[in-house]
Amino acid sequence: MQLLAAQSAASFPVLNALIIVPIAGALVVVLLPNSRPELMRPIGAIFASIAGALSLYVMAQFSVHDPGFQFQSIQSWIPSLGINWHVGVDGISLWLVVLTGLITPIVLVAVDPHHDPKPYTAWLLMLQAGSFGAFLALDLFLFFVMFEIVLVPMYMLIGGWGYDDRRYAATKFFLYTMAGSALMLVAIVSVATLSSGSQDITFNVIELAQRQALSTNTARLCFLAFVLAFVIKVPVVPVHTWLPDAHTQAPTAGSVVLAAVMLKLGTYGLLRFGLYLFPEASVWAAPTLATLGVIGVVYGAIVATMQKDLKRLVAYSSVAHMGFIVLGIFAFTTQSLEGGVLQMINHGLSTGALFLLVGMLYERRKTRAISELSGIQSAAPIFAGVFTVAMLSSIGVPGLNGFVGEFLILIGSYETRRWWTVIAATGVILAALYLLWAYQRVFHGEPTADDEKTADLSLKEGLVLAPFLVGIVFLGVYPKPLLERIEPAVNDLISHLEYHSDYVQPHLGDPVVVERDHGSEDDH
Amino acid sequence: MGDPQLFGFVGPSVNWWALMPQIILLGAALAVLLVSALAPQRASNVFTTVTTLCAAFTSFVVAIGLWNDVKIDGPSSSIASAFGVDGFSIFFTVLILIGLATTALLSHGYLEREGMDPPEFHALLLCSAAGAIVMASANDLIVMFLGLEALSIGIYVMIAMHHRRSEARESAIKYFVLGAFSSAFLLYGIALTYGATGSTNLVHVRNYLDTVVFRDQHLLMAAMALLLVGLSFKVAAAPFHFWAPDVYQGAPSPVTGWMASIAKAAGFAALLRIFFAAFASHDVDWAPIVGALAVITLVVGAVMAILQTDVKRMLAFSSVSHAGYILVAVHSASAAGTSAALFYLFTYTLMVLGSFAVVGAMGIDDEHPLSRYAGLGRSRPVMAIGFTVLLLAQAGIPTTSGFIAKFQVIAAAVDNKSYFIAGVSMVTAVIGAFMYLRIVMAMYVVDEGEEGSSPIWHWTTSVVVIAAVSFTIVVGLVPQFLIEFAQDAVPILIRG
Repeated sequence: MQLLAAQSAASFPVLNALIIVPIAGALVVVLLPNSRPELMRPIGAIFASIAGALSLYVMAQFSVHDPGFQFQSIQSWIPSLGINWHVGVDGISLWLVVLTGLITPIVLVAVDPHHDPKPYTAWLLMLQAGSFGAFLALDLFLFFVMFEIVLVPMYMLIGGWGYDDRRYAATKFFLYTMAGSALMLVAIVSVATLSSGSQDITFNVIELAQRQALSTNTARLCFLAFVLAFVIKVPVVPVHTWLPDAHTQAPTAGSVVLAAVMLKLGTYGLLRFGLYLFPEASVWAAPTLATLGVIGVVYGAIVATMQKDLKRLVAYSSVAHMGFIVLGIFAFTTQSLEGGVLQMINHGLSTGALFLLVGMLYERRKTRAISELSGIQSAAPIFAGVFTVAMLSSIGVPGLNGFVGEFLILIGSYETRRWWTVIAATGVILAALYLLWAYQRVFHGEPTADDEKTADLSLKEGLVLAPFLVGIVFLGVYPKPLLERIEPAVNDLISHLEYHSDYVQPHLGDPVVVERDHGSEDDH
Repeated sequence: MGDPQLFGFVGPSVNWWALMPQIILLGAALAVLLVSALAPQRASNVFTTVTTLCAAFTSFVVAIGLWNDVKIDGPSSSIASAFGVDGFSIFFTVLILIGLATTALLSHGYLEREGMDPPEFHALLLCSAAGAIVMASANDLIVMFLGLEALSIGIYVMIAMHHRRSEARESAIKYFVLGAFSSAFLLYGIALTYGATGSTNLVHVRNYLDTVVFRDQHLLMAAMALLLVGLSFKVAAAPFHFWAPDVYQGAPSPVTGWMASIAKAAGFAALLRIFFAAFASHDVDWAPIVGALAVITLVVGAVMAILQTDVKRMLAFSSVSHAGYILVAVHSASAAGTSAALFYLFTYTLMVLGSFAVVGAMGIDDEHPLSRYAGLGRSRPVMAIGFTVLLLAQAGIPTTSGFIAKFQVIAAAVDNKSYFIAGVSMVTAVIGAFMYLRIVMAMYVVDEGEEGSSPIWHWTTSVVVIAAVSFTIVVGLVPQFLIEFAQDAVPILIRG
């Protein structure tokens, strides 16, 4: 099956094109004359849209019931070190690729940088290319390169176009993520070297996942090194502290891409390189990681409630939502993993939209303090309406996408991690609390003179937000197109887990055996 | 010429062709000096720079020819096997010549700006380069020492040549005193090696150590320790690095670049030849010490770098931590480790020369504060992005040569099962990254009212920076050719 897909892709290496088009766009933008600043963003948006269209093409051509990697493309890169340029897409990465393809052009159109449009556009395009690369990489070396290279554009975006405290936030963001990935590089080399045995050294993920040549303890140590990189990126409490700062200080475009795309590198990494490469170690560490995920859900929600800054509130809500996904991943059931993958997309849509809206509000009012805003609803009813939809999606109200994802995670996790799920479910209630409370303070109440002057959404802003709203409603009503592509890959992953460890997935309806796991339950 | 007994002495056969690279450089040095003495008005800055560049280029062509000879005929030695002609020596010859050409270009602008006398400077630079090549090619400890002195004496004078600046003189004195001190260590180590093995020739040392089992190897251990200390001074490995920040700060920027790149490369060439080649059979004795030295150097370099506020001092400590990475590669005592060290030195040389090109253009006052770089991102966008690439490459960010270099070092360490050292090197890379990010931030994030100084660019600076940046990115994307070059250079003359 994989061979077939590789052959069909040989005609047009669409995944390579996905990575190359934005880089080409960035080069074109850099070469444009400085005297035409108005050209930068449109031309950048055209290239980003071409990449977006290519991602849609991948989606359309994606073979629904194939659990393996499709559109694979392998080129020799550094033969002396056994490194190949190897990309491919499966049901888990497909939707993240589409999300990356669609978010970047929208952001380029939507957010005006106010100064230096050339580097701004170029960095956003590089970010898109790097994110594609990280989601598509099937070679550990290539993945590491992409995983780390996305830091540079984001760092530049925060540093160059951020708010007052941007130096601190940008540096913190960079160092936190780099610190996480430092040991991952050692683990990558160790996995490749120790798995090679008498065979040639390879960084090929599929090959390494099949070999499973590491001893239990070595695999666990390497797994922990990988996990450290990913939990920082997700971020999981207690290594989340870079996120509120980065989000708050980043320009709107940075926040949107950071939330919608870059955080997913963490959860995607856990799935692709945690579960897939180290099945036994994943099962071993699952209680701890699920606990951390649940702590994130509750902690993120409580801290979000206390925030005075609207953007910081949305940032902490991300911590909570990403905690849900981590729980779903380490519950190891079809539903929970499906829910986890779907929730990555949902979070991208809802939080992306919320960050855009908060950015638009800041453009109008030059403040994001909740206490300085009130009664916006009467001055800007459409704005308030759009905000409501995005907010409800984030809360997880039935009929919108957030519900589908969270429900799948909860129902799937209940099978294997009952008490974790019970506590995580309170996160849904808390989400309603902090978001509705914030909404009430900002949009209801007596408008002051400044609030009265808040302009409503312009046509352009409406068009920019429309794709988010369509996605939110469509996935809420009819998630099947996504789920049926996610499911084969997820099932494949779970059978891989079952094959290489003593874990067995309980089937719905089977009597639930509650796992007694001392210690981790006491953590809450 | 008949009976050798009649003359009593027969000189060793000399393969003049193999010595050509150094001879060309020394010839150019003499030519520059002669012209400046006989026709001073002709010995202009342009003349000397062009002479140096031509010498470097000719020498380079010869080195390529030698490389092909070695590939076909295998390594050989000359002058009674005191001088090795192998992939290793030619690798370093090429590297040193690239460094020479770069430094000549940079000093062209510097000498013009400071109104200094070009001929002496270039003559010293050429001698220094010839010394570095001798050091990297030496197959005998005495010849290696001669090369080291020729390299160092040139540097002492070049530092002090800017006689109007007292810092330069202070810096030169400091380097001279500590350099002499380290030479003493090295000489003592050579003497003890002779005592332990009966020869200063590396092949003889190697063969002796391979065949003779010591009942008591204290003498040999002492010799190794002293040689290691002496060379650690030269490559600025902690705890023998204390001269580096002061000397780097006080020296003229082109000379600082030369010290940080070529003097270090030559030092490592000697280190690899002595330890990896000659003392190979005793790697259980020296590898742990080198490993400890590597860890200390990495930690000191990274931690001290983030405490600095002066850019030249920052880069000095960064060069200390780079020495740590190369020591990690040396520590693994394997062919993979050695080729990783060579790759690292090659890429590092261009990064550091490019960085000091920018630093040199930012002015030469006693202090070199970070604030001077404020707003460079806007006033000089191309140079700022170039400097950013060079800094990120030193931090080991992917798609630059620095990442591939670090990757190979880590791979060599992991292959050697030195997981702890591999972990330490990655963690210190993060600590060190903070310092590079501070410089990048200073260039791009400017608060109201903050203003940096405007750089004094010379076109040669731009040439060097653009070349260094292009090399850094090209090697970062397609490193295969350089990896092969480094791998081919590893089989060192002595194979036992």
